[in-house]
Amino acid sequence: MFADYSTTELMSIFAMQGFAGLSLFSVFVLMAMGLAIIFGQMGVINMAHGEFMILGAYTTYLTSQFFQDFMPGLFAGSFFVAMVLAFLVSAALGAFVEWAMVRHLYRRPLDTLLATWGLSLILQQAYRSIFGAREVGVDLPQWMMGAFSVTDLVQLPINGLFVMIIALSIALAVYLLMYRSGWGKKVRAVVQNRPMAEAVGINTAGVDRATFALGCGIAGVAGSAFTMIGSTGPTSGQAYIVDTFLVVVFGGAQSLIGTIISAFGISQAQSTMEFFLSGSMAKVLTLLVVVGILMLRPEGLMALKVRR
Amino acid sequence: MKTPKHSLPSRPRRRLLAGLLALPAVLALSTPSFAAPPTSEVNTSGLAVTEDTVKVGILHSITGTMAISEIGSVQAEKLAIEQINASGGVLGRQIEFVQEDGASDWPTFAEKARKLLRQDDVAAIFGCWTSASRKAVLPVIEQFNGMLYYPTFYEGLEQSPNVIYTGQEATQQILAGIDWAVKEKGAKTFYLLGSDYIWPRTSNKIARIHIEKKGLKVVGEEYYPLGHTQFNSVINKIKLRKPDVIFASVVGGSNVAFYKQMKAAGIDLTEESPLLLTISVTEDEIRGIGGENVEGVYASMKYFQSLDNANNKEFVAAFKERWGDDMVIGDVTQAAYLGPWLWKAAVEKAGSFDIDKVREASPGIEFKKAPEGYVRIHENHHLWSKTRIGVAQTDGQYKVVHETKDLMEPDPFPEGYK
Repeated sequence: MFADYSTTELMSIFAMQGFAGLSLFSVFVLMAMGLAIIFGQMGVINMAHGEFMILGAYTTYLTSQFFQDFMPGLFAGSFFVAMVLAFLVSAALGAFVEWAMVRHLYRRPLDTLLATWGLSLILQQAYRSIFGAREVGVDLPQWMMGAFSVTDLVQLPINGLFVMIIALSIALAVYLLMYRSGWGKKVRAVVQNRPMAEAVGINTAGVDRATFALGCGIAGVAGSAFTMIGSTGPTSGQAYIVDTFLVVVFGGAQSLIGTIISAFGISQAQSTMEFFLSGSMAKVLTLLVVVGILMLRPEGLMALKVRR
Repeated sequence: MKTPKHSLPSRPRRRLLAGLLALPAVLALSTPSFAAPPTSEVNTSGLAVTEDTVKVGILHSITGTMAISEIGSVQAEKLAIEQINASGGVLGRQIEFVQEDGASDWPTFAEKARKLLRQDDVAAIFGCWTSASRKAVLPVIEQFNGMLYYPTFYEGLEQSPNVIYTGQEATQQILAGIDWAVKEKGAKTFYLLGSDYIWPRTSNKIARIHIEKKGLKVVGEEYYPLGHTQFNSVINKIKLRKPDVIFASVVGGSNVAFYKQMKAAGIDLTEESPLLLTISVTEDEIRGIGGENVEGVYASMKYFQSLDNANNKEFVAAFKERWGDDMVIGDVTQAAYLGPWLWKAAVEKAGSFDIDKVREASPGIEFKKAPEGYVRIHENHHLWSKTRIGVAQTDGQYKVVHETKDLMEPDPFPEGYK
């Protein structure tokens, strides 16, 4: 298949292919981070995770419309404002949902599945009523379009680089927050032993709400970043939810590092196979490998190291 | 609807739009009680026809994922029905419609079709969009002998006595598109890319046979799951294989990701190397993708909103007047508009609403006021129509660059495809 090409051509294609894998990796990390916190740390199966992402995406859409209409001069920076707003809006809705619904279900994990699934349907219909059934696209500022040419043949898409930077910063921030801050210590204490944490004076209800809100907020940022890649419609969240759970479960639900490793593994496998086989076959093979590994290591990649 | 009956003769309406605006007055004027043949003559099979009304069904998804695509068709069909009513109705009877929601769910389509035929006794159904919904409705409509007017361009390989296909079957769209790319653009190599379901796969199979028959080469053929958003790998493959033409049948939300990533990867489609020819992006889809992302994309369709003829100008104006200025009209929306008019013509030729007589009268029915110009129903229940190539502009409209000289003959069962 490669006989007709010169070495430079091949090298540059492989470089770009490597980049494609990395940018899929950063998409997976962004999707899975919020869920890893909510599902991994709190044990809540949040079926509405995709809808929280879409909330962030719609926030981004509205913000960019607002800037275009009222402050076209500042449009270039609108994306950063949009991401902060997306975080705040999704986190606020997350906190509300936790207060109104999820906190009553902590002892019934399977019921959260149904309840959040219902929530996802409600949110989808709400988006449809507010924004219409038609998908919307966000206009990107000029500097985010186009490609960054390393050589004549190697071109790295700027929005791909940008998504990658956001993913890495969020992963880093979550790591610092969970493992290097006092608040993170409280969260982990609540996860490991709730009555004990309460006994030493941790406000577990407050920690729960903040954790859930944080997870939802990160989902919002992810949704905001995805407006650079795809379009936003009432049901777009559904496209992400399966991959998201796949990454989190495969990585081992309790482990953030596991989530990142699994995101890396799945994205590289998929994009390499997409290159050598066809798109649908790549997906099938990836899923088969994941199923196979989960049969051997039912707790996911990283969780087996934890002694119970 | 109760309107006072005057025994004034009806006047011919030259301008439908004006007629529409004056709807109530027109209804009163142009419902001549003496002209309509008695119900016992025009309805011998128990349809919902009275002395001054006839009932039809509209069956599309107005909720669920397909709503985004199907709403345009609903609007077009309602507009056509209103215009027909304003110009005197069908056999002197005003059309009343019963609208049902297929809810993007194929069994629901079948159930609603059954309801329309058995409970409402409709004389015709205008509806369905995806092939899956049509396939679900087909057994029902054949069992209870109904008549379905189906608007979407589709993969062909079907010919039901109970369906009139007002969109193109696959060969009408594909052959003309490829011939144009070969003749005008000197294309020699093709890369076929589509979403993974029956329509793109069948379309690409037809395309491949046609390309190879010409002694040209297909350098790649790929399918991605519906809703897929990561096209970087295939874009790299395209860069490596350097095809002259990317022949794309990607549908739905995936389109946005695909065109944005093409642009981000440094492929400027306006440079036409490679040239991108799509059969799945209408003006409707561009609204979601963004005009700046598809500038320079060529599409092979039978209708573009920008078509420059008197029929189309009138249609676009009426459509916007009725549904709002920010509306865009894609290929399927126009095909949906043809349905009620073709039905009316067939009923009037048959002199009856009876399904069997309408079916017999259908082949050869022509519609000279079609926005796309002129169409005629073929023996095989598909339409003779022209194919056009348009190039997408940043404002989301297509500029027509080519039009087949003659009407393309519909060929739902092409040679070599099994």
